[in-house]
Amino acid sequence: MLKDITLGQYFPGNSFIHRLDPRTKLLFIIVYITALFVSKSYVTYGILLLVLAVSIAVSKIRLSAIFKGLKPLMFIMIFTAILNLFYTKGGTELFSFWVFTVTTKGVEFAFFMVLRIMMLISGTFLLTYTTTPMALTDGMELLLTPFKKLHVPVHEFSMMMSIALRFIPTLIEEADKITNAQKARGADFETGKLTDRAKALLPLLVPLFVSAFRRADELAIAMESRCYHGGEGRTRMKKLKMAAPDILTLVFSALMLAVIIILARFGI
Amino acid sequence: MKPIIQVKDVHFRYSGEEHLPPVLNGASLEIEEGSFVVILGHNGSGKSTLAKHLNGILIPNEGCVLVDGMDTRDASKLLDIRRTVGMVFQNPDNQMVASVVEDDVAFAPENLGIPPKEIRSRVDEALKLVDMYEYRLHAPHLLSGGQKQRVAIAGVIAMRPRCIVLDEPTAMLDPAGRQEVIGTIKRLCRENGITIVLITHHMNEAVDADKVFVMSNGRVISQGTPKEVFSNVEFLKSEGLTVPDTAELLYKLRLSGIDLPAEALSIEECAQAIAAALK
Ligand SMILES: Nc1ncnc2c1ncn2[C@@H]1O[C@H](COP(=O)(O)OP(=O)(O)OP(=O)(O)O)[C@@H](O)[C@H]1O
Ligand SMILES: [Mg+2]
Repeated sequence: MLKDITLGQYFPGNSFIHRLDPRTKLLFIIVYITALFVSKSYVTYGILLLVLAVSIAVSKIRLSAIFKGLKPLMFIMIFTAILNLFYTKGGTELFSFWVFTVTTKGVEFAFFMVLRIMMLISGTFLLTYTTTPMALTDGMELLLTPFKKLHVPVHEFSMMMSIALRFIPTLIEEADKITNAQKARGADFETGKLTDRAKALLPLLVPLFVSAFRRADELAIAMESRCYHGGEGRTRMKKLKMAAPDILTLVFSALMLAVIIILARFGI
Repeated sequence: MKPIIQVKDVHFRYSGEEHLPPVLNGASLEIEEGSFVVILGHNGSGKSTLAKHLNGILIPNEGCVLVDGMDTRDASKLLDIRRTVGMVFQNPDNQMVASVVEDDVAFAPENLGIPPKEIRSRVDEALKLVDMYEYRLHAPHLLSGGQKQRVAIAGVIAMRPRCIVLDEPTAMLDPAGRQEVIGTIKRLCRENGITIVLITHHMNEAVDADKVFVMSNGRVISQGTPKEVFSNVEFLKSEGLTVPDTAELLYKLRLSGIDLPAEALSIEECAQAIAAALK
């Protein structure tokens, strides 16, 4: 179960998308998500799906990797689909039983909703798959620099993000180890009622948290020993640079958003 | 030679533990620049606490620590002290901040505000020194323990420190990983002139040291060359320590009445001493 979490994983490569500045990719994904929420029709969804498909193809990331990322979120998608299916009124009635009625509108709505979530998540995964965590958090820090004037701790925030991403695999490995240790002592995580299974998680979570705090403590000392003293006066080995492909991508994203908004305005 | 680190009569208690005896209780020592020094001592004797005093992570309650003449109590010198004395800890996983090896090695020079071009050259140089250059684009969590620890050492070397303190860097490694790490730090000392302070429980790692310090209950109770220190087997045993395998063997043979020298520490010397006694 835990091994399925692929967030923060990076697939090395040298595609057009890999080489884009992380700021460009971040801005693009924000624009893309906005466009997704503006979209209401088959045409606009079609356009956005095409953009996503082309991006995935260009990035040379295997489709299976994207699906693997979607898998843990299957539950949320099914849940959303069911909710929308039963609670949307309007359109012609397809069938009904007890207090539930399913209408054509409901089916359409549920379909779009699931599609939207899938596209949103696939886009985000494409971003993390093609960008090193370091570049990603650096990009975030630079994009948010204006907020430093308002005393928002932008550097600290991005440092926290990059450390969190760095420790995801370490903590997953540790969780696996603890799970196995508890199983060896007869703990049962897989059967029984939901409440029993939730209770069984406690002996997993407590040691995991204790160890995470100990790690945090040691990491803080190690960082201080390596002269870390906040963001002030810090330089970077890899300076981010915007180039022609970045400008191109940003212009394209603006055009894409404009087209979607105009189409939505006309009810398409 | 002048000492790079001077610890003068340091007393220290962790805050909130005032009812307990002090962790450091008059610890004093001097470390000469360019030497390979080993610190030994039983569990809880205060070795890690002392190590954290050597780069100003902890500040003495009494006494002082001088790094290249700079007092660790002087907050304005802290950054200079930390770039002079690098620190490597036991668990390599908990010292790495980045998800790519070379980004992690770049962390310290970035903190020091060094220009990007020079960081790049320092990172490459540091990774080559520990033989991890081919792994520069790898994810640290996929490396072996010995490799991780060598990356941690590179992360410190990139600061260009004059001294590296290593607190049980091999405790979590298998014998092969231990060899890699010890070989690397010995090379850094002998070829690059970096002062090495190694804290360890593996007596065999102490055999090649220039100087050995033995700690007990927060103070240094014995110091000298490995030959001097390990020749006193009974004393070390009474302090809850073992001795290198060679010293142990000679000690047992001597107890059973064979006339052998106490200070043959390397395996070669030990073998020759026994061969001579058998003639
Ligand atoms: N952060 C801390 N807070 C409070 N007490 C501590 C802390 N770290 C260590 N101690 C206490 O200080 C004493 C000395 O610990 P220290 O870690 O310096 O010993 P050590 O010689 O490194 O031992 P080991 O060989 O086990 O690593 C111990 O009694 C320990 O309980
Ligand atoms: Mg210790």
